[in-house]
Amino acid sequence: MSIAAELPVPPATPDPVDPLLEVRDLHTWFDTPRGMVRAVDGVSFTLRRGASIGIVGESGSGKTVLSRSIMNLLPKKAAVPASGEVLFEGRDLRPMSSKQMRSYWGPQMAMVFQDPMTSLNGVVKIGRQITEGLRQHLDLSRQDADAEAVRLLTSVGIPAPERRLGEYPHQLSGGMRQRVTIAIALACGPKLLMADEPTTALDVTVQAQILDLLARQQAERSMGMVLVTHDLGVVANRTDDIAVMYAGQIVEKASTRTLFRRMRHPYTEALMRCIPRVENPSHTRLDAIPGRPPDLAALPVGCRFAPRCRYAQPECLAENPPLFSDEPGHEYRCFFPVGTSAGAEALERNERAGSTAAGTTMDLLTKASA
Amino acid sequence: MARLIGQKLLTLVPVLLAVSLLTYLLLNLLPGDPALLVLGPESVSAESIAAVRAELGLDRPLPVRYLAWLGAAATGDLGRSYITQQEVTGAILDRLPVTLELMVLSLTIALVLAIPLGVFSAYRAGSRFDKLVTGTTFGLLALPNFIFALLLIFFLSVRLGLFPATGWQPLSDGLVENLQSAFLPALALSVTNIAVFTRLLRTDMITTLQEDHVTLARSKGLPTWRILFRHALRPSSFSLLTVAGLQVGTLLSATVIVETIFALPGVGRLLFDAINSRDLLMVQGVVLVLAVSFVLVNFVVDLLYTFLDPRIRSGAARVRA
Ligand SMILES: Nc1ncnc2c1ncn2[C@@H]1O[C@H](COP(=O)(O)OP(=O)(O)O)[C@@H](O)[C@H]1O
Ligand code: SF4
Ligand SMILES: [Mg+2]
Repeated sequence: MSIAAELPVPPATPDPVDPLLEVRDLHTWFDTPRGMVRAVDGVSFTLRRGASIGIVGESGSGKTVLSRSIMNLLPKKAAVPASGEVLFEGRDLRPMSSKQMRSYWGPQMAMVFQDPMTSLNGVVKIGRQITEGLRQHLDLSRQDADAEAVRLLTSVGIPAPERRLGEYPHQLSGGMRQRVTIAIALACGPKLLMADEPTTALDVTVQAQILDLLARQQAERSMGMVLVTHDLGVVANRTDDIAVMYAGQIVEKASTRTLFRRMRHPYTEALMRCIPRVENPSHTRLDAIPGRPPDLAALPVGCRFAPRCRYAQPECLAENPPLFSDEPGHEYRCFFPVGTSAGAEALERNERAGSTAAGTTMDLLTKASA
Repeated sequence: MARLIGQKLLTLVPVLLAVSLLTYLLLNLLPGDPALLVLGPESVSAESIAAVRAELGLDRPLPVRYLAWLGAAATGDLGRSYITQQEVTGAILDRLPVTLELMVLSLTIALVLAIPLGVFSAYRAGSRFDKLVTGTTFGLLALPNFIFALLLIFFLSVRLGLFPATGWQPLSDGLVENLQSAFLPALALSVTNIAVFTRLLRTDMITTLQEDHVTLARSKGLPTWRILFRHALRPSSFSLLTVAGLQVGTLLSATVIVETIFALPGVGRLLFDAINSRDLLMVQGVVLVLAVSFVLVNFVVDLLYTFLDPRIRSGAARVRA
C-alpha cells in the first residue's frame, strides 16, 4: 500500500507511568449459526490510575462485549477461546476463572450497567443488594454494613437513605435506581469503574446528573473509569481520553482535547455532527450517520467504514487500514485522514465523481450533514 | 396485606359454590336411582322405592335438594352413608390425616430433590450432569406412579426389607415407624413431580441466569451458591409454584391408586371403596372435600406469590390508595 507507506507507522506506545489497565489486542468472537461474530476484533488501549477514557460508538459496535470482556464477565463458553490480554495492574485477567475473579470483582473493579430496571434484582431489598458485597469482601458486621450502605446512598445523592434500605427497586425512579447501582459499584472502593451506557435508559433530565455524579466520584476516589456511550457529547467534557469504536475495532483514539481539535477519522467527524449543540434549538433533528454498520459476522476485507465514508478510495476497499499516528497518543485507522492533504484530495475526487469508491452517492452521505 | 387476603378470600366464595354445585350435579345426574341401590336389585315394589326416596329426600326437586345438602355441608354435615351407615364427615376426618401426610411428604421429597437438581443443571446447562438429569427426568415422566410404586415395594421392601411393603403406622405409634410406613408411598407419589419440577425450574433458571441482575451480582464477587440460591432461585420459581399448586390435583387422584396399592387408610382409599360399593353420599362427600382442598391449596399458592414478588404486594397497596 503506497499511501500507508507514506504515513508514519506508530511505534508501540510506551507505557505511561504505572498503568491501571492495559488492554492488548483483545479479541472476543462468538461462534454462531450465522457465522463468526467478531464483536471485539483487536482492541488495545491503556488507562492510567485515576484517569478516565470514553469509548464511543454506535449501537452494535461491540462496546458491551468489550466492557464485559475486560471485566471477564462473559460466560466462558459463549465466546471462542479469545486472544489478547487484559492486564489489570500488570496481571492478565483473561485466563482467570470466575473463582479467581471473585477477589477482583468488587474491591478492584466494578461495573455500572445500562439499564437499572433490569440490573437490580427486583425481589431483593436494596439494602441487601448493597451490603452483600460489603460483607463478602470487607467482612463487615450487619450493623456496620448497613451504616456503610447509608453512607454510600448519601454520597450518590439518594434522599432518606435509611428508609431506602428496606425498599425494593420498583419503589424507586429510574434515575434513583441507577444511583443505587452506582452505590453498589462503589461499595468496596474499586480502582476501576466500568460504566456501560449508564444513562442511555434514563430520562433526558436525569442523564446529566448521573454523568456528573460519576465524574465527581471518579475524581474524589481517584478511580480509573471506562465510560461507554453511543453519544460523543456525553464524554466530551468528562473523560481524559476518547476511543472511537466501529465494528469491533477502535478507529480513533486520542486525548479528548486532541480528538475534538484534530480528529482524523471520517467516522469521528460524522459522530461530531451527531452531538446536540447548545446553540441549536432543542427541536433540531439530530443528524444520524447515513447507512448501517457492517454485519460483524460478514466483515469486508477493506475498511469497515467504507460504504458510509465520504472519503472512500479504491485502496480502502482492498485493505483494512492499520493504526496510524502523527502525534504521540493519537491513533487512527484511516488511509485518507480528515484534515490532511490526502484526505482533502480524496474528498474532492469523490465530490467530482458524485460517488465514492464504495459506490455510495455523495449526496446520500452529505445530505444529512447539510 | 390483611386487606389483600380479605379481597382474595371474597373471590373464593363463588369458586367454592361452583365447586359444590358441580360436585352435586355430577353425582346426581348419574344414571341409576340411589333408592334401588339401597334396596338392592331383588325387592323392587313401587311402594318400597317411593318410601326410600321419601326417606332420602329424593322426591324433592333438585335445586331444593342441593340447597339442603349445601346448607348441611356448610355446618360440616355431609350426611350418612346408605350403605355403611357411617357419618360421611366422620369417615373423611378419620382418613384425612393419612392423605395429608402423604401429600405433604411427597411434595417435600419432590421439592427437596428438584430444587438443587434444577438449579445445578441450569447452572451447568449442557454439561454431563445436566444431560444425566435431563435423561433421568424424561425417563421418570414416562413411568406411571403405580409402576414405580410396585418397583419400590419389590426392591426396597421385599428384597431389602428396609420399609414395610404395605400398611400404615399412625403417628401415635412413634415418628420413625410412622415415617417408615409413609415414605415409600410418598416417594411413589413424588416421582412425576420430581421430574416435572426439575425440568420446569431448570428452564426458568436458565432464563434468569442470563439476566443483567445476575451479571451484576457476579460483578460483586459473590460466591456461586449465593448467586444461584439468593439471587436467581426466587425470580425463577413462579411457574414452579403455580405448577406445584396444580399438581396437588393430580396428586389427589394419584393417592387413590397409591393408597390402594399400599393398603393405606386414606381418603383416596375411602373414595375407591365408596365407588366400588356405589356409596353415593360418601363419594359425593369425598369429592367435595378433595375439590375444596384443591381450591384452598391454590388460594395459598396465590398468597405465596405475594411473598415471592414484592411488586405484587405494592400493586395491592396501589389498589388501596
Ligand atoms: N453471546 C453472544 N453471542 C453472539 N453474538 C453476540 C453475543 N453477545 C453480543 N453479540 C453480538 O455482538 C455484537 C456487539 O454487541 P454489543 O457489544 O452489545 O454492542 P454495543 O454495546 O456496542 O451496542 C452484536 O452484533 C451482538 O449481536
Ligand atoms: S477514507 Fe478509507 S480508510 Fe479512511 S475511513 Fe474512509 S474508507 Fe476507511
Ligand atoms: Mg451496549
